Amino acid sequence: MLQFIFRRLGLVIPTFIGITLLTFAFVHLIPGDPIMIMAGERGISPERHALLMHQFGLDLPIWKQYFIYIQGVLHGDLGISLSSRTPVWNEFIPRFQATLELGVCAMLFAIIVGIPVGIIAAVKRGSIFDHTAVSISLAGYSMPIFWWGIMLIMFVSVKLNLLPVSGRISDVVFLDESKPLTGFMLIDTLLWGEPGDFKDAIQHIILPAIVLGTIPLAVIVRMTRSAMLEVLGEDYIRTARAKGLTPLRVILVHALRNAMLPVITIIGLQVGSLLAGAILTETIFSWPGLGRWLIEALQRRDYPVVQGGVLLIAMLIIAVNFIVDILYGVINPRIRHKK
Amino acid sequence: MSIQDTHSKIMPSKPLTPLQEFHVYFCQNRGALVGAIFICIMLLVAIFANFLAPHGPAEQFRDALLHPPVWQEGGTWQFILGTDDVGRDILSRLMYGARLSLLVGCLVVLLSLFFGVVFGLMAGYFGGGVDAVIMRIVDIMLALPSLLLALVLVAIFGPSIWNASLALTFVALPHYIRLTRSAVLVESQRDYVIASSVAGASATRQMFINILPNCLAPLIVQASLGFSNAILDMAALGFLGMGAQPPTPEWGTMLSDVLQYAASAWWVVTFPGIVILLTVLAFNLVGDGLRDALDPKLKQ
Amino acid sequence: MALLNVNKLSVQFGDPHSPFKAVDRISYNINAGQVVGIVGESGSGKSVSSLAIMGLIDFPGKVIAEDLHFAENDLQQISAKQRRKIVGADIAMIFQDPMTSLNPCFTVGYQIMEAIKVHQGGSRRTRRQHAITLLERVGIPDPASRMNVYPHQLSGGMSQRIMIAMAIACKPKLLIADEPTTALDVTIQAQIIELLLALQQQENMALILITHDLALVAQSAHQIIVMYAGQVVEVGQAAEIFSIPRHPYTQALLNALPEFSTDKAKLVSLPGVVPGKYDRPTGCLLSPRCPYVTETCRQQEPEIFEFEGRQVKCHYPLDNSGRPSYDA
Repeated sequence: MLQFIFRRLGLVIPTFIGITLLTFAFVHLIPGDPIMIMAGERGISPERHALLMHQFGLDLPIWKQYFIYIQGVLHGDLGISLSSRTPVWNEFIPRFQATLELGVCAMLFAIIVGIPVGIIAAVKRGSIFDHTAVSISLAGYSMPIFWWGIMLIMFVSVKLNLLPVSGRISDVVFLDESKPLTGFMLIDTLLWGEPGDFKDAIQHIILPAIVLGTIPLAVIVRMTRSAMLEVLGEDYIRTARAKGLTPLRVILVHALRNAMLPVITIIGLQVGSLLAGAILTETIFSWPGLGRWLIEALQRRDYPVVQGGVLLIAMLIIAVNFIVDILYGVINPRIRHKK
Repeated sequence: MSIQDTHSKIMPSKPLTPLQEFHVYFCQNRGALVGAIFICIMLLVAIFANFLAPHGPAEQFRDALLHPPVWQEGGTWQFILGTDDVGRDILSRLMYGARLSLLVGCLVVLLSLFFGVVFGLMAGYFGGGVDAVIMRIVDIMLALPSLLLALVLVAIFGPSIWNASLALTFVALPHYIRLTRSAVLVESQRDYVIASSVAGASATRQMFINILPNCLAPLIVQASLGFSNAILDMAALGFLGMGAQPPTPEWGTMLSDVLQYAASAWWVVTFPGIVILLTVLAFNLVGDGLRDALDPKLKQ
Repeated sequence: MALLNVNKLSVQFGDPHSPFKAVDRISYNINAGQVVGIVGESGSGKSVSSLAIMGLIDFPGKVIAEDLHFAENDLQQISAKQRRKIVGADIAMIFQDPMTSLNPCFTVGYQIMEAIKVHQGGSRRTRRQHAITLLERVGIPDPASRMNVYPHQLSGGMSQRIMIAMAIACKPKLLIADEPTTALDVTIQAQIIELLLALQQQENMALILITHDLALVAQSAHQIIVMYAGQVVEVGQAAEIFSIPRHPYTQALLNALPEFSTDKAKLVSLPGVVPGKYDRPTGCLLSPRCPYVTETCRQQEPEIFEFEGRQVKCHYPLDNSGRPSYDA
């Protein structure tokens, strides 16, 4: 088992190196002089320019700059944000927590609703439930999620006034900094907040989680249904029924275990698209997460943030894919024994 | 009864050609048919927008700002789907926007398909170092969500509809490369390829004439789904201000222009989104239909 | 009183007004402890009829029978829950391809113990012990260590032994073996059949051997049922059928066996193929291929003649010298 993990790890390293090269290249591909951009409209004298170039190590040959950059990355130093003047890493952490919280809720929504719906649609193939599920799932990954978010806000928040329009938590909620806060609103308000704070956090997260989770939901329903349909036609299901097992056991124990294999892969792959979706969702709902951070940095040409942000996000995705790979080996004994 | 009659009673009927078979399966799929019809209508609208649209896309009617659609109070038949904040007719803008979206979709799909297939063929056929380099690059590109990668590319080269299209092409490449490569790897093991190389076929001939036609089915399906991704991503880029710039009537850009009026004028944000949804849905239905019709495994 | 009583069993698919009859009004009886061979080509409906008895035919298939009794249970009337008690315990079935018939995600031991748990219960230890005993009985070497093995780690022959172990776990009164050796190597085939027959003797259970290979059941079966295109064409004691086949199809099957053609240059076979879904002939289903066909055969469906413990579905059953009885 350990061998399997190390083998998979070995494949990750070259990809990691490639990503660092890529992100490094971004900054240096951008037309324009970063020092001049920082100086902005004020302009800068040639001596000061040379001084700053030296200070930032920008006068060194490219490959040397790359190595300094790599060294920094391995020590956790990802540069300083041009606009806020704080280290990129410090800006990353709270936003990462915000996006993680949103992403986890969105994924939970997609899984908790998606898998049962997919199973039922497969078991009751051809029924009205099945047709409805397939249609809704098709519509789900055909729609632009930024539009979906706007529609929901317009309808639920504005017209029905059920949920807040934007943000992560109301301004009136105050969390004592002296307490050990986790950085996750749902947990913090539950543990340390006043009564009603937790409800406030939940109200803020519902709509963005639904919007962000819509595409994964659609994909999971579709994938679960088709995987279940395929599995239910297999010989070993016939054997299970011939043993006199209850239909529930046949579906949930024998069929599901095999159907889950492709579904888990899909869930892992969805994490990548979740991040893309987060960019749009966070913009619409003014959610203070990674997506919005990156988009604003892009618009402001805050290159260290873009560089560091992209690198960190790529690492996240690679890490998740790695975990999914391992999980797959755990669940499917054949993969474990094969290589 | 003669032997002949008995014989014909026992022999199966003549099989259909692949094209006929494909046609039968595709037409059986009602969703795919509806999707195909919708795409044709969209195509016509895009091509003949000049004649079909009631007004020009940039024509501003100063005395008709934020008019509601015709079926609501205050709406007129002059502006069937209403007007936006500077008095432009939404229906006309949507029609011209169809032109943009379909064009961008075609461009992105055709370019990424072409280059993706070429690189995939090279990687699969030549193997070794060429394969390793190409696949590593593909893995890196796939490590990032496509929208993010496209965003960064557009940010580097400047936001415009052209740059956005190129970025989307670039971002779609890895999928075609991977698909082609794995299909090539499977096909090159087959006997007809080995026989062909024994007979002295050149590499180009092997790649394009022998192997490629047999890898077409998954590529066609991916291309159709690639269309829907291109339209969605283009709209997303437009919405974020990184794609088509205002006043271009691109569907996504139209949405971002008028966000602040969403609460008071629901039609300005609803219709562009519905059009995107329907178009992408149509392409997805067609893609599904293609996959079901072309995939021999599903034939029962 | 017969253990299994099948009377006019039909399995239909498709349009209710003109359905495809995979199994068409077949009737036979099986007594306790009997070995019965059901013989027929692919498409004869032999597997489908057994699946119907087990209750494994799903929509859109429909099972219709005048009578379907197992022991005292009316298989058509019992509830799903009662059926689940019988299936896997009193009636068990093993299938053609053992490699795909076992769930790849669970160990072999788990799957056997599951069968025991559902019908007999018992603590984990007793079930495990029972499973190990079963593995021993079916000839698996080193059974205790094999309990934790996954199906993909086993060969075809071993997998089929596991299937058999699962099937006999609850001492069934009837074991249905649907082409148990077709997917296995020739050398293993004999071993599996031997095992099945040995277990049949030991447990005194009825055994249905479904096969397309007449030679397989020649020596072991008491009763032989010959099926063609969803219908039963001949039923009788094995020894008698082999010496004097009464139905042209049975005769053709026997003639096709190498043992019977030692004095001929070529193997004899019937021209044509089994009728499929869309080309079922009128009258006798064998009429397009039968060497003794007459106009009556093409127009009228033959009745089932019963005599001397035999059933023959033919207008002109063969006489003792193998010629059709046109004048009878």
